[in-house]
Amino acid sequence: MSTYVDRNSKGNIKISRPNKGQMRFRILLIATVLFTIAGFFMMDYKGLELWPAITGTIENIKDMFLSPQFNQTTFGNAVWQVIVTLSLAFLSTVLGAVLSLFLAFGTAMNLSKPWLSNTIKAFITVVRAVPTVLWVLIFAIAAGLGSVAAVIGMVFHSIAYLVKAYSEAFEEIDEGKIEALRATGSSYTHILFHVVIPQTKSFLIAWTFLRFEINFGVAVAMGAAAGAGGIGYELFMSSGFYYDMNEVGAITYMILIVAIILEVIANKLKAAA
Amino acid sequence: MEKTSSIHASDINIIRKKHMRLFIAGLILLALIVVTGTITNYNHIDGLVSVPAALQWLFANMYFSGSTLSRLPTVLRLLWETVLISIVSTTTAAFFAMLFAIVGSKRTSVNGFLMYFAKLVASISRNIPVVAWALILVLSFGTNAATGFLALFFGTFGFLVRAFIETIDETSGDTVEALKATGATYPQVISKAVIPESMPQMFSWVLFMIETNIRSATLVGLLTGTGIGYLFDLYYKQLNYEMVSLITLAIVVAVLAIEVVSNWIRREIL
Amino acid sequence: MNVETLTRPEQTTGKKTQEVVFPFPEEKADDTRQADRNKPVIMEISNIDKSYSANKKVLKDISFDIRKGEVLSIIGPSGAGKSTLLRIINRMIEPNSGSIRFQDKDTLNMKGRSLRNMRTDIGMIFQHYNLVDRLSVFENVLHGRLGYKSSLQGIFSMYSEAEKEKAVEIISELGIEEQIYKRCDELSGGQKQRVGIARALIQDPKIILCDEPIASLDPNSSKIIMEYLRRISRERDITIIVNLHQLDVAKQYSDRIIGLNDGSIVFNDAPEAITAESINRIYGSKLDELIVE
Repeated sequence: MSTYVDRNSKGNIKISRPNKGQMRFRILLIATVLFTIAGFFMMDYKGLELWPAITGTIENIKDMFLSPQFNQTTFGNAVWQVIVTLSLAFLSTVLGAVLSLFLAFGTAMNLSKPWLSNTIKAFITVVRAVPTVLWVLIFAIAAGLGSVAAVIGMVFHSIAYLVKAYSEAFEEIDEGKIEALRATGSSYTHILFHVVIPQTKSFLIAWTFLRFEINFGVAVAMGAAAGAGGIGYELFMSSGFYYDMNEVGAITYMILIVAIILEVIANKLKAAA
Repeated sequence: MEKTSSIHASDINIIRKKHMRLFIAGLILLALIVVTGTITNYNHIDGLVSVPAALQWLFANMYFSGSTLSRLPTVLRLLWETVLISIVSTTTAAFFAMLFAIVGSKRTSVNGFLMYFAKLVASISRNIPVVAWALILVLSFGTNAATGFLALFFGTFGFLVRAFIETIDETSGDTVEALKATGATYPQVISKAVIPESMPQMFSWVLFMIETNIRSATLVGLLTGTGIGYLFDLYYKQLNYEMVSLITLAIVVAVLAIEVVSNWIRREIL
Repeated sequence: MNVETLTRPEQTTGKKTQEVVFPFPEEKADDTRQADRNKPVIMEISNIDKSYSANKKVLKDISFDIRKGEVLSIIGPSGAGKSTLLRIINRMIEPNSGSIRFQDKDTLNMKGRSLRNMRTDIGMIFQHYNLVDRLSVFENVLHGRLGYKSSLQGIFSMYSEAEKEKAVEIISELGIEEQIYKRCDELSGGQKQRVGIARALIQDPKIILCDEPIASLDPNSSKIIMEYLRRISRERDITIIVNLHQLDVAKQYSDRIIGLNDGSIVFNDAPEAITAESINRIYGSKLDELIVE
């Protein structure tokens, strides 16, 4: 019949003729599935007794969420520790945001030179590759374990995240608006503060708040793993030291509530931007 | 100078008000920095000084001695274990996240109750920090790969459900309507319209999460005594800074390698 | 909520002035029109009401008959309820009250299998084509057969050879056989809409609903699509119901025009019967805006 259709060996019409990209994608998906299955067999489960582990965890989760209670610490102290964690997140977000703003001017292709943009991008890629907890511990060697190392370590990652977000927002500014000011003989800083920042303000705020939300989670982690204090440290103590599941539950509830509030605000800001 | 002549007195007032507001906002921000700094005992000068000191230290310890290099195979083995956990937990989480996202997206939802249920489960799972998952799970599962896998699984699952719901909302509204109008069943609509349309973007999210999870896996390992995080902690506490540098370098190389591969996949395939 | 927002109004409203004076070449009157008056009624729509919120009715007491093989245009300003009305016909949107009789059955009581059966008898094409971009033209056309299959047959693309042959035939008839294995995102707008028509045709429908089928197309492609639609009605005796906002196009291609304004039918007659006064009733003061702009 039609010369345009392909047939298989049985003479049946084929309904698609996958091109190279589609074939590659299929192979990629199959490879991913196979790797995942193989991965389960390759992982090291030494010492794991699956059934007791599952029942034990369910028991723990029941203790946590059905009867949360403060024992080693008080509710008041826990609230204070949440404030400490929020403060850590706030400091690292704000300091990171200020530095990121300047770095993003250098990274946005329409505001900068290619060599400068590429240098900053390369620097940021490396910074991002190091896990936050390692940054914090590395800074702790110079500054001692505590808030200084935690904040600086978190600032590093905040910069890696925000510079990318900011510079992409800057790159979407209408070229004509920048040109118009350039034509009036405005200086570079004039352009930045009269076009670039006002034009992208709501985006900048939304992204910064999103990072604040992330930093709250990171600050909890740093409290637990890198001596930054705050609610994360309380969590670590009550689970790893006192094995007090009821208190772990109470603390987890507090973290969960704060995190959900932050997420809702971040979503609102993102929708408005 | 035509510009200035066209500015009216009222405009100047507006500009002044704007400056005033900006000034007040700056003042509040500054006050908050001082307050939060006091709360956390953060010292800005110490912070500034620590940056060059730490970097100098990091590079000074990058001339690896023979005894350090002889431990490289151990580093690589644990690095591989960490990478493996990150990938497997992400892909497994992605599978479940896809089911929840289909139920949770308003375009493909079966009913309102299930939609909110799926969103609630995802929200709880992503907003409980990975550290909390790790600390809870390690008590029963002990120091082995299953703990890390499950901790990463829960965090990733919650995040991916949200990302996948956005993907489905963006990509498949129109085609869902078209296939429903031909009389197609719900499973047919999902398999013929939603999945083909949203698969590439979903895969892109999976790649992003694998990158993120390698870093999170280090943290989880540190807390639960597994993988490369455990090794880092071990030598960090022994003050063996050459090993600390070597491990850091190994992680950086691994993360960059994963990034290169996923960028290649995004460019060439998706 | 307003339905028009669901169909991306920004793409239609912007170009409105240009589209009212649609540059279609004048053609000789279609003399097959007169015969259609005697065709049997295949669908009776009575007393349809629809509102999305308590105080705003989108459709008020809509009643009309649909005849076999006719081309019926529904015109009216945006927000008049055209899109909602079309989707009520195949129950993509549920009306609040009223009844629809189609092939001697009340469609508003249908559920599950019988609802899907009813939908296989009614094809639909869209302003934005609504094709699965990443699949081939062939696969998209075959989606029109899904309503005849079990879920599993559909998921595993188990189409019979007869169905595939039929799809190839329709694709060739619409002049896109060279594109048969191309992904739909590689096609032009006009070609995409032809894929949409092919997907509707392979359903073997009694009625094809067309929701602003040419609103995103250039004049030349629009003409081709409208001519295909008319040919389908003449050659296959399939009823075409088409939402349009271009009066000229409606006059040129339809056997009958229904004018909607603010959710009510204000005109229902042959295109020849349309007068300046009835245009004013359909478009109200909005027409002045359209022309003056």
